[in-house]
Amino acid sequence: MSEQVGTTPVAPAEAEGGGWTGAVRRRAVRALPPDKLLPDTQPAYVASWIYVFGVLTLAAFIVVLASGCVLAVKGPAWWHTSGFGHYVNSMHLWSVELFMAFMVIHLWGKFFMAAWRGRRALTWITGSVAFLGSVGTAFTGYLAQQNFDSQWIATQAKDGLNSVGIGAYFNVLDFGQMLMWHIVLLPAVVGILVVWHILLVRRRGVVPPIALSDRLDEAAPSTESVPEPVLSTVPDAEREAGS
Amino acid sequence: MVNNFAALGAAPVDLNGPGHYLNWGVIQISVANLVVVGIMLLVFVLAILLRFPRGRDRK
Repeated sequence: MSEQVGTTPVAPAEAEGGGWTGAVRRRAVRALPPDKLLPDTQPAYVASWIYVFGVLTLAAFIVVLASGCVLAVKGPAWWHTSGFGHYVNSMHLWSVELFMAFMVIHLWGKFFMAAWRGRRALTWITGSVAFLGSVGTAFTGYLAQQNFDSQWIATQAKDGLNSVGIGAYFNVLDFGQMLMWHIVLLPAVVGILVVWHILLVRRRGVVPPIALSDRLDEAAPSTESVPEPVLSTVPDAEREAGS
Repeated sequence: MVNNFAALGAAPVDLNGPGHYLNWGVIQISVANLVVVGIMLLVFVLAILLRFPRGRDRK
């Protein structure tokens, strides 16, 4: 076995062939080599609190998913009646509150950085759609509270949704349908978008400050996008001298 | 004893009643939501202004 491995040329087999799985693998590794997928350093300009809100959003999202899974397993008879059920129910609510707050601050920061620069349009779009999906998920969560608040929200929302012609397909008075949207469809959509968003951030890198980006573009005007290796080695002293 | 625990767990704002709302033309917002928006704006400004602690091995 070892003799076969020793005599088989590995590099040419990696270069091409292997069917569609090989092609997908080569494309994935080309787009996201391991050092880009899991970097151990970040550009100097990332040393700012405003860059923290993306990962805070992600951390809150993980707590939302984990507490939601516990609620789904244990059921409403548990979360409405037991002390620990109330605790997990509240944790689900407050992690959502933090998730939305962190995400909006992240959105504000990225908007004022014009974070779609440097071929990052798809990163911006996936983040925006994930935000809209999160609003829908939170809305269906309010509908699933099983209290007067959820009844009030449902009866108010039905008129609005009927007026735009989607009430027949998205019936907010149908508790079962809204619960399925809340715990299956919308979390899947938001989860996929979040993973896609993070992979795009890894691929294109964190967007540089506008002043730094302009300076790099002046140095290399023919470059379409900001080269990541240059950014990853910008020393603090140079950045502070330019500011 | 029960009353002591109830007092410890009491909300700083009395929640047993209708909410307080502010109206400005067609815009209506609850005081609670306005406070949350204000805190978010404050956190945003602080995130820009406050200096981030630097690690020793940061490039």
